[in-house]
Amino acid sequence: MDFFHTIFSVMYQFGDAFAFLVISCAGLAVIFGMMGIINLAHGEFIMCGAYVTSAAGRAGLPLPLAILCGALAAAIVGIVVERLVIRHLYQRPLDSIIATWGISLIATQGVLILLGPTMAGVGTPLGSMALGERSYSIYRLVLFATSIGLLGSLYLLFYRTRFGVISRATIQKPAMARALGVDTRRVYGLTFGLGAGLAGLAGGLYAPTMTMVPTMGATFIVESFVTVVVGGADIFVGAAPAAAVLAIIRASLTAWYGHLFGQIGLLVAVIIVIRVMPGGLSGFLKRFQK
Amino acid sequence: MGRGPSFWVAMAALVLAASCYPAFSDPYTIGNAAYFMVWTFMAMGLGIVWGYCGVLSFGQTAFFGLAGYAYGVVSINLGAAFGLTWLALVLSVTIGGAFALLIGYFMFYGRIKGVFIGIVTLSVTLVLETFMAQTAGPNWRIGDARLNGFNGMSGMPPLTVPWPGGDIVLYSGTALYFVLLVMVVVCYLGLRMLLNAPFGNVLVAIRENPERAEMLGYDIRLYQTLAFGLGGALAALSGTLYTAWGQYITPSSMGLTAAALPIVWVAVGGRRDITATLLGSILVIAGFQTLTIYGSQYALIVMGALLVFTVLVTPDGLISTAMHWIGSTLRRTKR
Repeated sequence: MDFFHTIFSVMYQFGDAFAFLVISCAGLAVIFGMMGIINLAHGEFIMCGAYVTSAAGRAGLPLPLAILCGALAAAIVGIVVERLVIRHLYQRPLDSIIATWGISLIATQGVLILLGPTMAGVGTPLGSMALGERSYSIYRLVLFATSIGLLGSLYLLFYRTRFGVISRATIQKPAMARALGVDTRRVYGLTFGLGAGLAGLAGGLYAPTMTMVPTMGATFIVESFVTVVVGGADIFVGAAPAAAVLAIIRASLTAWYGHLFGQIGLLVAVIIVIRVMPGGLSGFLKRFQK
Repeated sequence: MGRGPSFWVAMAALVLAASCYPAFSDPYTIGNAAYFMVWTFMAMGLGIVWGYCGVLSFGQTAFFGLAGYAYGVVSINLGAAFGLTWLALVLSVTIGGAFALLIGYFMFYGRIKGVFIGIVTLSVTLVLETFMAQTAGPNWRIGDARLNGFNGMSGMPPLTVPWPGGDIVLYSGTALYFVLLVMVVVCYLGLRMLLNAPFGNVLVAIRENPERAEMLGYDIRLYQTLAFGLGGALAALSGTLYTAWGQYITPSSMGLTAAALPIVWVAVGGRRDITATLLGSILVIAGFQTLTIYGSQYALIVMGALLVFTVLVTPDGLISTAMHWIGSTLRRTKR
């Protein structure tokens, strides 16, 4: 029986890390993969989602609805930001990094001034279950299932709906899409909003497990960037397998040496991966498809 | 820029004005001016890496912090006698520069481009911050130097100049001001020469069109790595001087906010010319200092807004744009 417990513990650690990486990088990967824009305000969209979720949760909304509110709020903010700033910078991707960084500074400090250094959160729901000598949070298992569901629904959205076809066309050949009557500006705006909404969703999902501070976005940002770098531009053949690989590395290093070595291991993995395959995992896998 | 009599006249006038400045000012403002000059090395380094070579690095503070800690460890262990602090300075700048070369090697020989470089460098600096923040226990010590985790490291000696009849200790003040002024001028002239030489031209060629530069037979990976190493060494110099100036360094000097600041200075000041970078960053740092005194909470918001404004309206930077405007007006009046 002990053997089974060990296996479950390892699987649980892996699932936890995998869910965190997938959920926190999905928004970033959509915006980067679809638009080629690195959104350094990603962490602030996550923070926005988390704050709205907590506020809604404390106002009495059931948690799933509150999380949806958080995602929606972040998506709306994302569309506004795209219209005001990002829209002017599609020709200058490097400058768009700087601009989104400026937005992130404003957002972090603005929230600190308006709402104070910390905010009351909502408790982790669903309690925990005991197995062998250790206990496991059930909510973390729900998060793992959610991350799988998220990947599935993104796949359906991009490969089985009209919006997906139009957005992929806009990404691949913007001029041709425009000639065929696609409103590419609207597609870019919606895609950015979708990415921001996914970031908000990440914030909402992890809101019950974290302390609410204005700088909480920073806890996500390294992991999500690392996943996107290792994955490359495609979210399905890139980010998802990258998250799996990195989750194995992080779960095992964390289990043996502690949290810090998990993070350092991630960084070393990134540097090695990009030295070996410059296009990330998706570039590497695509070479085999040809 | 950097050639011809008008450049040297302007340069000499500026240096003269800067040398006379302490005679007309109180010690507090002189100390402040010295503090601004500490940061200019990092700004110039980023100017080379980003403005000239077209590589946007978010990780300059990684080299800054690493060198700051290295100075602390070396100088605490060696002590300040016989001007040994300068050996510590040289060692820590070398460590910072070597680390930058290593990271640069992996990035450029790995053919990482554009936005990915920003992400990798940002990750490096954030991981270093996390690492230093957890070195709190008594087991984290190198020789006599304790790293002290999140509280930061303190107690290292400031820079000292050995002098007959008692060493000159460079606390914040006029002596430090002049030493830093000399360093800034030497560093600026050196970079000016380097950038006017073929090396600088190749960097600009790579920025404008990497493929073309490669077709012309230049190993762009080598040039990019060298430029990145140089930028890292300059950031390391800033870190060392900062640590020696305040006798204090914390992990948060590598955090997200700290990493944003050099980008703000260089972007707002101007990055396409090392002169604009130097003057612009001094102005922006001074402005930021004033803001922090009069409304510390809002300083970061103003910075962020300034960054967004600069990117949207004057992509070349405020100082560069102003300099171009003045230049073209002068030319028109001459005619």
